[in-house]
Amino acid sequence: MSTEGQDAARLAELRQKFGREPLPPREGEAEQSPRDAQPRFRGLESGHRACQGCGEALAARLVMECAGPDVMIANATGCLEVFTTAWPQSAWRVPWVHSLFENAAAVASGMEAAMKAKGRNTKVLAFGGDGGTYDIGFQALSGMLERYHNVLYVCFDNEAYMNTGIQRSSSTPHAATTTTSPAGKERMGKRHLKKDLLSIIAAHHIPFAASASVAYAADLQRKVRYAMGVDGPTFLVVHSPCPLGWRHASAMTIEVARRAVECGLFPLVEIERGAVTNVMPIRDVRPVTDYLSLQGRFAHLMKDADSRAAEERAHLQALADYNIEVFGLRGDSPDAADTTGTAVVGRSGRPAGRI
Amino acid sequence: MIEYRIHGRGGQGSVAAAYLLAAAAFHAGQMCQAFPAFGAERRGAPVTAFVRTDEHPIRLRSQVREPHFLIVQDGTLLQDAGITSGLRPGGGMIVNTTRTSEDISERFGHRALTVRATEFAVEEIGRPIPNTALLAAFLSATGLFPIDSLAAALRERFSGEVLEGNLRLVERAAGTVERETWKEPADA
Amino acid sequence: MLEALEGSQAIARAVALCRPDVVAAYPITPQTHIVEALSRLVAQGDMKTEFVSVESEFSAASVVLGAAAAGTRAYTATASQGVLLMAEVLFNIAGLRVPLVMTVANRAVSAPLSIWNDHSDSMAVRDSGWIQLHCADNQEAVDTTIQAFRITQETELPVMVCMDGFVLTHTFEPIDLPTQDAIDGWLPPLEFSRKLDPGDPKSLGTLVSPDFFAEVRHSHHAAMTKALSVIGEVDEAWSALTGRSCGGLLEVSGDPAARIGILAMGSTCGTIQTGMEHAAGEVGSARLIKLRAFRPFPADALRAACEGLDHLIVIDRAISPGLGGVVGTEVAATLADVPGAPRIHNHALGLGGRDIPETIYADLMATVTDPDSPAFSVFDADMEKLDPEDR
Repeated sequence: MSTEGQDAARLAELRQKFGREPLPPREGEAEQSPRDAQPRFRGLESGHRACQGCGEALAARLVMECAGPDVMIANATGCLEVFTTAWPQSAWRVPWVHSLFENAAAVASGMEAAMKAKGRNTKVLAFGGDGGTYDIGFQALSGMLERYHNVLYVCFDNEAYMNTGIQRSSSTPHAATTTTSPAGKERMGKRHLKKDLLSIIAAHHIPFAASASVAYAADLQRKVRYAMGVDGPTFLVVHSPCPLGWRHASAMTIEVARRAVECGLFPLVEIERGAVTNVMPIRDVRPVTDYLSLQGRFAHLMKDADSRAAEERAHLQALADYNIEVFGLRGDSPDAADTTGTAVVGRSGRPAGRI
Repeated sequence: MIEYRIHGRGGQGSVAAAYLLAAAAFHAGQMCQAFPAFGAERRGAPVTAFVRTDEHPIRLRSQVREPHFLIVQDGTLLQDAGITSGLRPGGGMIVNTTRTSEDISERFGHRALTVRATEFAVEEIGRPIPNTALLAAFLSATGLFPIDSLAAALRERFSGEVLEGNLRLVERAAGTVERETWKEPADA
Repeated sequence: MLEALEGSQAIARAVALCRPDVVAAYPITPQTHIVEALSRLVAQGDMKTEFVSVESEFSAASVVLGAAAAGTRAYTATASQGVLLMAEVLFNIAGLRVPLVMTVANRAVSAPLSIWNDHSDSMAVRDSGWIQLHCADNQEAVDTTIQAFRITQETELPVMVCMDGFVLTHTFEPIDLPTQDAIDGWLPPLEFSRKLDPGDPKSLGTLVSPDFFAEVRHSHHAAMTKALSVIGEVDEAWSALTGRSCGGLLEVSGDPAARIGILAMGSTCGTIQTGMEHAAGEVGSARLIKLRAFRPFPADALRAACEGLDHLIVIDRAISPGLGGVVGTEVAATLADVPGAPRIHNHALGLGGRDIPETIYADLMATVTDPDSPAFSVFDADMEKLDPEDR
């Protein structure tokens, strides 16, 4: 079925369920819905120096909208730190500190201990990229979770060291090219797998750990709001495309992020005290090539003449299939609203028909 | 200034003995200094600790090389002939052993006193930690500081049954040696 | 009132008197007794502090950084490898200019592994921008610890209180601890000017371009220079409270008329002094200079202290391989433009816990008249233990 055909079918289902026409797409500020028109808290202001189409900047803005204003942030070294705070300017409207690359979780621990000592409820957030979280800051993060600090740690995952110019991290997907995992006669990009960080985080049995994506803003914000209400360590990894590093058009950020979810390579799941309690279903599972083909970092996998390309595509498809099976992502329940972009209401119990 | 060297094995409370002796001196109105020669040693390994007591503040920080007194917590350490290294002529050594004082004195050529400290400790506190008994006998023999000052030091460190046991141990061990028999320095 | 205490216990009690809001530490020999004692005070409810037991020294430093940035009084302690693992954070703490106090139980740095005392650890971070104060005995360590909390508040520079591992931390001796009331009256509440506060949001630790970086470094240097007078004033205020002084930036004792001086930091000072008391009759007396503030470096006070000296023996408890002694080199540089400056005899000794006997005084004095004495030596190294090609 073509994309248009899929859309038409989905529209028909929704019409049947809700008995009315869905609202047409918004065009321009004048046609904002009354809900959208209301002012929101802008913890991260516009005017910063992020690249066009930066997924991380959008993700951070979305997080701040529902986290602030009574928060303070420890930010690891990385793009987010650099593009928001070129002294003497700062895009942050909340107290914010950047110390080092690998210690955001530990600095946040200290801030939280300080708030505890003062008897204050100000929530402490820690922000890091995948380098600062999956790799160099991993130990400090594990320590923070184990010590049960009341901190929401948000990892903006763009799957490589973008700040230093696109070097591979342990979060870089298998077979993706970066400047330190280039493709060539002997190599098909990164030889190793993307680290399953969320499972490691889950093994700390913290109250709430989840993955989210900039493509699903409502889902992301719901997860932030939930985490903000938890008195204890919570963790959110947000899939945030980097047009520069992933080599896709700046306008395609959301589409790329959406396809990562729809193909199963970046599953959106929620884990509470070690157990999966919620997943975002995929109504129409896409092949991974729909996702890969949009990005220059996978261009070497799209060469039909190279037998290794087909092999690597199959590897990536197998990884996506694994996620879909293990997390029960196939949105095949009879409920027509059970579709991509809608969170299943299944908290605190085994989601119906999954896992 | 009087200098002391304590030899023992890890687990026998040699460092505690040093601190207790210093604390006893402190309670008797003296200045004091006690510290271990810390190694990476584990339980059972030889341990050395040092004590200095004086009327005046003690600024010297070096290890005790020429002690006036040796306190040996474990008889097996006597196998090392160098154990009395630097012991001043006229000084004395007090040893936890079942051997006789004469025996030890003859072998090392120094004034010696032996105490069955492990035996007493097992009977009074139920653990083979000889330090308190040795110190009590040592203070009784030398009369350097009153036995009460050792009891005061113990009260700072212990409480309850452990304290009671240790106080009994002090009384018993102090009674086994002739009081102030070492009050005067030995003829060098 | 005097009490007989182990140095580490005394430091923990002194820290508790300053009522830190957050303490974070990772155990390392010979600092362990300090954090164990603090943990006990917290467990018994004698100290109302958030005690954060971290998974590394790196996180210990980061946690207290966060706590200090959030406007609370924070403390940590470490030694040796811990200082080096913290190194990146230590520079960061100083650059952020957050108020902090850290005890360094000075210990050698591996390899080869040594758990014993020298100054290699704090020397390795001498350029981190921390104030470094060295303590000659446990009373000074207690007094300096409490003073450090006031110095760091007044200067917004972090303060490292250096005390010799084992030699001080594990030594039991009489110490006078002030009362809680006295400290509550003497140490004002912490008001960190740039604290993280949702009511007045600020961004700390931003990216600074070449247009501003030099100014940031200059202001840090200027603040360190100003701290010289703060260190002196706080010691005077302490003296007014307790009747005890730690000597301010440096302390001169011994024979004021002597033409030979000996300069040292830390517990070595007491041994040298005792050695002089016993050997002055035979080898002559000396002027003793106890250097307390190593950073900021008290150049003016040092020049004044060295007036009239023909020879100055500088003791280093660390070595900069390929250069020699760090303290010796800095002292020589400071005195270089003084007319008639003393000749510097620089010796490293007591490395990796090598015991320093009181006879060292006479041995050092002998080098002054020895024309073959080198400008620098590892003084107590026994060449017989080395193969000829390694000497």
